Amino acid sequence: MTRISVKVDGTTYEDEVEPRLLLIHYLRDRLGLTGTPIGCDTSNCGACTVDLDGETVKSCSVLAVQADSGEVTTVQGLARDGEWHPLQKAFHERHALQCGYCTPGMIMAARDLLRENPAPDPQEVREALEGNLCRCTGYQNIVRAVLAASGQEATT
Amino acid sequence: MSDQVTEREVGRSRPRKEDAHLVTGQTTWTDNIDVHGLLHLAILRSPMAHARIRRIDVSPALEQPGVVAAFGGRDLAAGLGSLPCAWPVTEDMVLPDHPPIAVDEVRYAGDPVAVVVARDRYAAADALEAVEVDYEQLPPVLDLEAALAEDAPLVHSDKGTNRCYVWPLATGEEYPTVRHRADVVLRRRYVQQRLIPNAMEPRSVVVTPLAASGEYTVHSATQIPHILRIMLATVTGVPEHKLRVIAPDVGGGFGSKLQVYGEEALALAVARRLGRPVKWTESRSEGYLATHHGRGMIQDVEIAATREGRLLGLKVDLLADMGAYLMLVTPGIPILGAFMYPAIYKMDAYDFTCTGVFTTRTPTDAYRGAGRPEATYAIERIMDELAVELGLDPVELRRRNWIGHEEFPYTAIAGLTYDSGNYEAATDKALALFGYDELRAEQRKRNESGETVRLGIGVSTYTEMCGLAPSRVLRDLRYAAGGWEAASIRMLPTGKVEVVTGTSPHGQGHVTCWSQIASDVLGVPFDDVEVVHGDTKAAPQGMDTYGSRSLVVGGAAVHRAAEKVVEKARKVAAHLLEASEDDLEFTHGVFSVKGSPEARRSIQEIAFETFSSHDLPDGMEPTINAEHLVDPDNFSYPHGTHLCAVEVDTETGRTTIRSYVSVDDVGRVVNPMIVEGQVHGGIAQGIAQALYEEAVYDDEGNLVSGTMADYLVPSAADLPAFVTDRTETPATSNPLGAKGVGEAGTIASTPAVVNAIVDALRPLGVSEVAMPCTPQRVWDALRAARSDGHSSGGPTASAESAESAKEASA
Repeated sequence: MTRISVKVDGTTYEDEVEPRLLLIHYLRDRLGLTGTPIGCDTSNCGACTVDLDGETVKSCSVLAVQADSGEVTTVQGLARDGEWHPLQKAFHERHALQCGYCTPGMIMAARDLLRENPAPDPQEVREALEGNLCRCTGYQNIVRAVLAASGQEATT
Repeated sequence: MSDQVTEREVGRSRPRKEDAHLVTGQTTWTDNIDVHGLLHLAILRSPMAHARIRRIDVSPALEQPGVVAAFGGRDLAAGLGSLPCAWPVTEDMVLPDHPPIAVDEVRYAGDPVAVVVARDRYAAADALEAVEVDYEQLPPVLDLEAALAEDAPLVHSDKGTNRCYVWPLATGEEYPTVRHRADVVLRRRYVQQRLIPNAMEPRSVVVTPLAASGEYTVHSATQIPHILRIMLATVTGVPEHKLRVIAPDVGGGFGSKLQVYGEEALALAVARRLGRPVKWTESRSEGYLATHHGRGMIQDVEIAATREGRLLGLKVDLLADMGAYLMLVTPGIPILGAFMYPAIYKMDAYDFTCTGVFTTRTPTDAYRGAGRPEATYAIERIMDELAVELGLDPVELRRRNWIGHEEFPYTAIAGLTYDSGNYEAATDKALALFGYDELRAEQRKRNESGETVRLGIGVSTYTEMCGLAPSRVLRDLRYAAGGWEAASIRMLPTGKVEVVTGTSPHGQGHVTCWSQIASDVLGVPFDDVEVVHGDTKAAPQGMDTYGSRSLVVGGAAVHRAAEKVVEKARKVAAHLLEASEDDLEFTHGVFSVKGSPEARRSIQEIAFETFSSHDLPDGMEPTINAEHLVDPDNFSYPHGTHLCAVEVDTETGRTTIRSYVSVDDVGRVVNPMIVEGQVHGGIAQGIAQALYEEAVYDDEGNLVSGTMADYLVPSAADLPAFVTDRTETPATSNPLGAKGVGEAGTIASTPAVVNAIVDALRPLGVSEVAMPCTPQRVWDALRAARSDGHSSGGPTASAESAESAKEASA
């Protein structure tokens, strides 16, 4: 067992964990932060995407011990004072989710894109989200939502 | 009184009520559930396609830390019945036993052989490795044609055959007679590759027992909580009234969660045995083996026509891969397609036969479209081939044969009565949006200049049967259950409304749409309506969600139930306003007396008056709540025209979709934004079959495409933007005029894409590319065409296309 200290969505947690424990299982099973789901076991789907120290990571491919002394932001930590993040609003308004299972990862990946490139074009959005799979939407409204959240009207 | 509703809800693009908890991560996926004392169940699966289990020893697993129990097949199967098949399509169909866990023999790679129960998921997974199993390998059965040979190894040796059933349908004139008078007869073989549904939420089940009273709550990532409850009762022997099944947030299904899975029965059996709550959640790779697959058919199709391009007859011989066992509706999937091969076309004879074949692969069952995409692919592909043979534009050939809008209702050759449609309108709109003539002109120019990147144009004009289903038709098809749907409406004392539905959404937006429907009929604000679903205790009656049925049948039930509420409320209103019912008007949720508009009561006020019951009409039952069950008297028939333009690089074989236009007629629309989203997702899944996806098995029967790294679920970067539009011809079979939209895109898009690819390559001698049309397959087809002057569909299809000889008879 290894002792770790991780700040998740603004709260600091200290825990003894097995070195092999994946960050996603730490978040879900130990902290009860089930807003971030698991969609695969090969890091292809991106459903478990979270922010770790300013970088997006697939939390199924990171050990909890690697997050020691780090700061994690999940979809559950995006709202401010009860106000949704612009991406959360845009996903809702543009119907960018159906079953919603990919949505937390999709929003976290899109947030990272907009940090790097505040005004992407549709193709840049598609390429930036390549590591996040959605089976319901055909992605079109996801692209629209990300463009809308960036302050651009969708042209797709 | 609440704000009056003055704008119609139905027809508005309302953002969804469902979204709030989904975009903020406050979800209730089954795997999120944690309860005190929860145990984790892990399943050891066969690494072989076919083997006898000589010996199994779970005791070493029991020595592992954290392990609470371990069971081999024999330990568990004794108390369990066979997993159900609800659709014995013929009287003499071969129906093998299907124990939830293998006992003596495994019949596909992934068949469960042992169960370990531990305190956490890591301990359970570790302990699986300690279970000892000795297998005696048996020959796999993988080739559908070879499986039917006299001396073929058998999947189920006690049955003496791999032939599950033969299901024929012959309608109209005798096909051979019609064929005899045809000028042109074309025969083609198409292969529907196996697909893995890939709902983003892996399956999961949590069983919580109240052991002393023998009651069990089953949470499952399922599309069918109501059917699952009945079936789990029969499989496990837990009485139905002691079982509560809940489908909480469910992350997509596409047919893959229209199932009664062994793991659901095993989790219930283990929870019962141990008196402890248990959870099982599949990993994605495990799901690729254990969650049913879709498609998996070989289609031999023959079409007969006059030289002028009038269709005379169609003959279809199907071989359908059942996989190793018959699951809930496995044998019926190709039969759902049987009625759709003639599509929107008039003809004199139709002859269909489907042979179901057992193989040592994961069972097949419903996957988005379920039989209808396969049928549409076959007819739309061969129509293009016929157009080439006759020297006609493919759209013109379709025009010459489709049912005219003035001919509805029209009883099509396969026996279905299409109630409404307008193929001309949808096609004309699609052609205009697409710029068909301009693209054809560009294509001619580029072909003449011999460019290496070719332009291809593909068309698909489809219809489908939705709104499953009239119960009497299901009886005639030997399906075990009915096709009705239930809704009830509870008017709460404060004027708020609960709509209880028997449909079970998993992404479709029922909460929003049912709210819109109820809001309009009751005249209450959209936000005053809540929808209750997916819990057999809270929504006790239902037939669940699949087959594009929910709005057409379930939404219609909501509509009717709301009308009943209004009728009951009218009696109360008449009493309170001291007027006769006939003198009352009901507008925007308010009853008023004709001629004295100041005498009025809102339906929300009447809800409270009914709750207090101080002043109701004499003899009236003190409720205005109502329920309604709809059993449809016909299917609904969405249709549409999809057009696809592709650029195919003849040097690399790579296909790029340049533009995609769909014009769908799904009848009246409740929420256009949701409909558009359904079409987008449907098109994406159909394109995925055309270009990317295939469940690949090796010669030993191992699933080679066994992880998401090996099976290409397309990402945003792999798909284009779609131009979607609609025409609107209302369905006549339900009060909403809705036809259903869940499967339309998937049904239409696959042939549109492949027709476009073949169209691009036809000047180079290619007339077939097998799906998925990967760069390798396209390149192989081009190389074969160059080297021997005839077409080939790549390594697997080359042998087949040699058989698909074109012939002309006088």
